[in-house]
Amino acid sequence: MPKLSAILTLTSSLILGVGGVWIAFNVDMLPVSASINAPVYDELYRVLFIIGSILFIGMTALVIYSLIQFRRRPGETGDGIDLEGNISLEIFWTAVPAIVVLFVGLYSYDIYDRMGGMQPLMHDHNGAMDHQAERVWGGIGSGPIVSSSTQNSSSLPIELTAMQFAFIFHYPKGDIISGELHVPVGREVSLKMESKDVIHAFWVPQFRLKQDVIPGQPTILNFTPTKAGNFPIVCAELCGPYHGGMRSNVIVDEQEDFENWLKENSKESI
Amino acid sequence: MTILVKPSGSPPEKLQPTGWLKYLSFSLDHKVIGLQYLVCGFLFYLIGGSLAGAIRVELISPLSDFMPREVYNQVLTLHGTIMIFLWIVPVVNGAFGNYLIPFYVGARDMAFPRLNAVAFWLIPPSGLMLITSYFINGAAQSGWTAYPPLSITTPAAGQIIWILSVLLLGGSSIFGGINFIATILKLRRPGLKLMQLPMYCWAMLGTSILVVLSTPVLAGTLILLSFDIVAHTGFFNPSLGGNVIVYQHLFWFYSHPAVYIMVLPAFGLVSEILPIHSRKPLFGYTTMVFSIMGIVVLGLVVWAHHMFTSGTPPWMRLFFTIATAFIAVPTGIKFFNWVATLWGGKIALNPAMLFSCGFIINFVLGGITGVALAQVPFDVHVHDTYFVVAHFHYIVYGGSVFVIFSSIYHWFPKFTGKMLNENLGRFHFIITFIGFNLCFAPQHWLGLNGMPRRVAEYDPQFQLINQLSSVGALLMALSTLPFLWNILQSILYGDDAGDNPWNALTPEWLTSSPPPVENWEGEAPLVLEPYGYGEKHLNKTQEEKK
Repeated sequence: MPKLSAILTLTSSLILGVGGVWIAFNVDMLPVSASINAPVYDELYRVLFIIGSILFIGMTALVIYSLIQFRRRPGETGDGIDLEGNISLEIFWTAVPAIVVLFVGLYSYDIYDRMGGMQPLMHDHNGAMDHQAERVWGGIGSGPIVSSSTQNSSSLPIELTAMQFAFIFHYPKGDIISGELHVPVGREVSLKMESKDVIHAFWVPQFRLKQDVIPGQPTILNFTPTKAGNFPIVCAELCGPYHGGMRSNVIVDEQEDFENWLKENSKESI
Repeated sequence: MTILVKPSGSPPEKLQPTGWLKYLSFSLDHKVIGLQYLVCGFLFYLIGGSLAGAIRVELISPLSDFMPREVYNQVLTLHGTIMIFLWIVPVVNGAFGNYLIPFYVGARDMAFPRLNAVAFWLIPPSGLMLITSYFINGAAQSGWTAYPPLSITTPAAGQIIWILSVLLLGGSSIFGGINFIATILKLRRPGLKLMQLPMYCWAMLGTSILVVLSTPVLAGTLILLSFDIVAHTGFFNPSLGGNVIVYQHLFWFYSHPAVYIMVLPAFGLVSEILPIHSRKPLFGYTTMVFSIMGIVVLGLVVWAHHMFTSGTPPWMRLFFTIATAFIAVPTGIKFFNWVATLWGGKIALNPAMLFSCGFIINFVLGGITGVALAQVPFDVHVHDTYFVVAHFHYIVYGGSVFVIFSSIYHWFPKFTGKMLNENLGRFHFIITFIGFNLCFAPQHWLGLNGMPRRVAEYDPQFQLINQLSSVGALLMALSTLPFLWNILQSILYGDDAGDNPWNALTPEWLTSSPPPVENWEGEAPLVLEPYGYGEKHLNKTQEEKK
């Protein structure tokens, strides 16, 4: 009998493990990935989804099995088995979550590092702005993966001013002011953000990035788009009555198209 | 000067109204106060639920077309504030804590009965004040988090009333916390050791420590915020040199522990309910106690995970990621121990048991998404989206509210001496469980795909899923009808429950239903084994009887 239950436990955990992996690879719940950051994010998401599915399905199955198997039958009185604890079992299920959590923590540290989160934020926002070592808080910076994958050595600096209820982008090169964000494919963009009134947040779901835009405290967000297209910019911090309507677009162009756009518009503004 | 001291601890008879009027009095009886908390909390739950219904109606269509945008923000602010401060916190702490803790420690009342009554009577006026602020220039519209500068720039009247009522509710919470700590540590019946207390006492001890340590920080923060609004000081106002991030740190220093203030007592209540209805001892008592205390300690050092996109330095993000993820360890222990408590039992599939098991399933999902959200790289995408909305409703509704219903089904016979209709209760559970999951599970997808929270209008591609979610919300609303009917029906015509319908061993069942003032006719029973169920125990007690 103990042999049978051991085999049953083993098979069911095997099915559970395989099922968890299958679910994570077949249930796609994420939007298009359109930045260097996004595939790294999706990898983390998949790992978390595998672990989560196994745990959730496993616990739910245990609860439902117990309710059916150990239910009180009609006319049945008396108590269940007298089991007040089991030290080795308890050590087992303290250790397993601890190991899982430790693994997830280290793994997400690695992901964070690959996203450039651990890069010191030293940014040369060409100009007199940064003379007095201004303290800038950042979102995820663009790490080493960027420099290896792109020919452009320098990033494209853009300034974002958020206000109720709009995003205003300013390109120092060409002095362009735009309500939509135009960026080229494959080049790192360094977005320096500040709010004029309340806290807003800059979020592009397809880039898997978000950073609050704070009044009185500039923040920086670096990203490298990888896919040409038109993606939404969403304000993600409650900023007033029209918060839901505070949206814009990021238009990711091919390099030439972007240069053209830059030329056309800087002529006008000069 | 002479002071006359009455020999008896009980107040003079004539000052205590009898009958139903005692529930509208400044009663000092902990059981009356407990039920006052429960009924008052439930009334606010109905109001908060109606507001949630209004939100779900607005979100049926992608346009802002059901109510004005300002009103929508007022509604979501009131919904959050009412559900947290007037329903879950007062009920899992105040209602069940007041009713049960004196029984569990073998006392005749709480340590400070008058403080107890004050703590309760602060709640109805501050709740009414909060709701009526809607009719005076509009209620607060900056969300229950009241982040400046939005809370400074929105109409001041509503925001100030919001601050005042949250301060009063926080005061009530602190009074309650002090009372629980004193009662549990100082009023224990002689011969009763701490490690022999029912698990709910440990949960309330841990929770009260959190309340007493963190609520004053919220109070201080809100007072500074009110200075910024009324006196134009510059603590958090960036145009006057203030710092908005400091507010967030101070706010979340309370408001993250607030989550544990809402779920730890629920953990305690489930630990009481499961052993009785599965006729087994609580599995792993000692590890349960240590995991509660572990959660208390860790819960105080994780607040900045609410601020991963606010602009926090990398080292801080890492520290709070790891601290937050580690809460999963003590929490996990508790869930495995509960499943082990079910294992091999003689489980009664009554509403109390079903709601507790529904809690386990919902909370596991909410916990898993919680560990995911703790990871900075994961959070930067889904922070402030419907993914978070789904996550915390799985914790506070799927967790705490399911436990509140479970506890009402479990203790109703003690409160009233009447039985509830079990079939109607099972029906209530099924509708609530389906409605809840239909309402909130799809919201995970919404958040991952780009729908931010707190919006009245959204991208039309999300319409179908939002409508699905609204259908779930409708089911949740309808599910309260069989519950209310069941309660009314049972109070008026319910079967007599007897003193101990569940054959339970914890001290509240060892007296009449409803219990007399001061709890026991004679001496308080000394219960050294509150979870002494199981075959061996049964045989032992039968032998003793012979």
